[in-house]
Amino acid sequence: MTLAISHLARRFGATQVLRGIDLQVRQGELIALLGPSGSGKTTLLRIIAGLDWPDAGALSFDGSDWLAKSAAERRIGFVFQHYALFPHMTVRDNIAFGLSVLPRADRPGKAQIAATVDRLLAFLQIGGLADRYPAELSGGQRQRVALGRAMAIEPRVLLLDEPFGALDAQVRRDLRRWLRGVHDSTGTTTVFVTHDQEEAFELADRVVVMNGGVIEQIGKPDEIYDHPATPFVARFLGLTVELPVTMRAGRAHAAGLDLTVLPRRAIPDGPATLFLRPADILPVPDPEAPFRVTEMATTGALLRIVAEDDTGCRIESEVPRRDGRDLRQGQPVGLRAVAGQIFPGSGQQPAQPIHTPKTLKEARP
Amino acid sequence: MTPAAAPAALAPRQDLRTANLLIGLAVALTLFIVVVPLAYIFWRALSEGFAVFAQNIMAPDTLHAIWLTTVVAVITLPINLVIGISAAWLIARFTFPGRKLLLTIIELPFSISPIIAGVCYLLLYGRQGLLGPALAAGDIKILFALPGIVLVTLFVTSPFVAREVLPLMQAQGSEQEQAALTLGASGWQVFRRVTLPNIRWALLYGAVLATARAVGEFGAVSVVSGAIRGQTNTLPLQIELLFNDLNIVGAFAAASTLTLIALVVLVLKTVIEGRTR
Ligand SMILES: Nc1ncnc2c1ncn2[C@@H]1O[C@H](COP(=O)(O)OP(=O)(O)O)[C@@H](O)[C@H]1O
Ligand SMILES: [Mg+2]
Repeated sequence: MTLAISHLARRFGATQVLRGIDLQVRQGELIALLGPSGSGKTTLLRIIAGLDWPDAGALSFDGSDWLAKSAAERRIGFVFQHYALFPHMTVRDNIAFGLSVLPRADRPGKAQIAATVDRLLAFLQIGGLADRYPAELSGGQRQRVALGRAMAIEPRVLLLDEPFGALDAQVRRDLRRWLRGVHDSTGTTTVFVTHDQEEAFELADRVVVMNGGVIEQIGKPDEIYDHPATPFVARFLGLTVELPVTMRAGRAHAAGLDLTVLPRRAIPDGPATLFLRPADILPVPDPEAPFRVTEMATTGALLRIVAEDDTGCRIESEVPRRDGRDLRQGQPVGLRAVAGQIFPGSGQQPAQPIHTPKTLKEARP
Repeated sequence: MTPAAAPAALAPRQDLRTANLLIGLAVALTLFIVVVPLAYIFWRALSEGFAVFAQNIMAPDTLHAIWLTTVVAVITLPINLVIGISAAWLIARFTFPGRKLLLTIIELPFSISPIIAGVCYLLLYGRQGLLGPALAAGDIKILFALPGIVLVTLFVTSPFVAREVLPLMQAQGSEQEQAALTLGASGWQVFRRVTLPNIRWALLYGAVLATARAVGEFGAVSVVSGAIRGQTNTLPLQIELLFNDLNIVGAFAAASTLTLIALVVLVLKTVIEGRTR
């Protein structure tokens, strides 16, 4: 166990930004903090860095209390969302900064600093940029320099705030792979913040889903993707279709829906809500079924189909175009769920459920 | 000083004559209000030859006034820098009760007539003033001496540095400083190696403006200095004195030194402005 966070709370004025965060980060792990804007990700990262302090809770690293230490004493590497490079220094001087401010007794010699910087520049694949100023770099290059500057002090933990947030899609994907490579060869414990689930799932060993200052779920990407623990996580991960169902002996039932594929769940009999991804719903022609196709539109590879019943219930699905060949406008269809998540309670749950931290369990990876 | 041609270029064709007329008017006004009087100073100062000019400048009282003005400028500058940077830093980096008030107080000297500043100091430190008896008991002389001149000069020049530095600090935010902190820099190292380089041109600009004002200040200083010849007369006061003595060449010679300083400041200002923008 390296980084241990417990019951962390932080308030700005009347806004409770963190409401009891519990999280353990293991040595060498790559962790993603995923959540919508305003969910408290940056605040949590800044508290870990020592740039902000919590109102309550504990933070320790390998057993030593970090709340008693300054940012400098913690020796973390922090990469800011907008890089925060020093504009009046060359790339080389930016990266060397952390070494050059060491007390004289611990400071490596000039030649040694230069060698370290050269090694980092080569490692981060920005060797040709050493003598440029930040203003002369592209966004992706700045990001690499910012990471190099943070890594130069050999941080115990690397913290990155939306590292790819300001970059265009292609550069994002390239840098993502590059960062995973950097992490795999250095083994530095890393926490990064993102609001992009694709980014979190592709990069991270474990993903921490945050919402409204609370951790909704912690787990490996696959676990979270396949088994969202709360309605919020389900919606956030694209299970946007919500249907009222009735539970009987662990199975969900609803008129016109074929839910036999869904596994049996330990949910008491009675009303429940089924969350589905549009891509996990397959309309099949069935003259008995209560749904009718009311809209069909193609997006190229996919066919977007809207089915409605007499009560005005509207369900959107996405199928590969080939699978929708037999469907016609106005045709009666049944809907087969391929995968989905069921939560107890009938429909209309609050969009941002309030949880007390105690009821949240960390999913064991 | 002439208006740019852009409005004319944007204007419809028939308005060109109006535009030319306005430009001509602006040029004429600038000439008569600014350029001619300035040129006249040098012309009058040198009207009886360079030897007389030099002699006037080297007159002991004028020389002492130049010396005193320099001393005041040299003392006030570092104090202004420290006050300006601290105030800008406090306001830009922290939210605290009274922040708005501090912002207003910093600007206050600009909206108060310098002569009022002088009178305030007189009422505070004068023999009949609030602190007068205490100062007299301690044999401390503030009014009609260097400390008084320095104090009022500080009062009128104190806003310049903060005013230039603050907007820059606010625009840049504190992320660079925080980055430096996480990289292990001490507070002083953060200031020396991150904050200061970022504000250096604005700082220099503010310093130049403050110094120009310190050198040229008349109203506030005239109240507290007592204008003792060869002792508490700064250059602007000396000029007035010479002028009242009907020593026209002497007055203009002294004025030309002040004007030269102003011109140097103007050049510096333009150069620095080019760097900051
Ligand atoms: N220094 C601050 N002062 C006041 N409110 C803040 C401050 N920092 C963050 N907040 C508020 O806290 C909430 C969470 O912010 P943040 O941690 O930046 O979220 P995220 O990074 O997930 O978008 C936001 O509503 C934001 O307005
Ligand atoms: Mg953020």
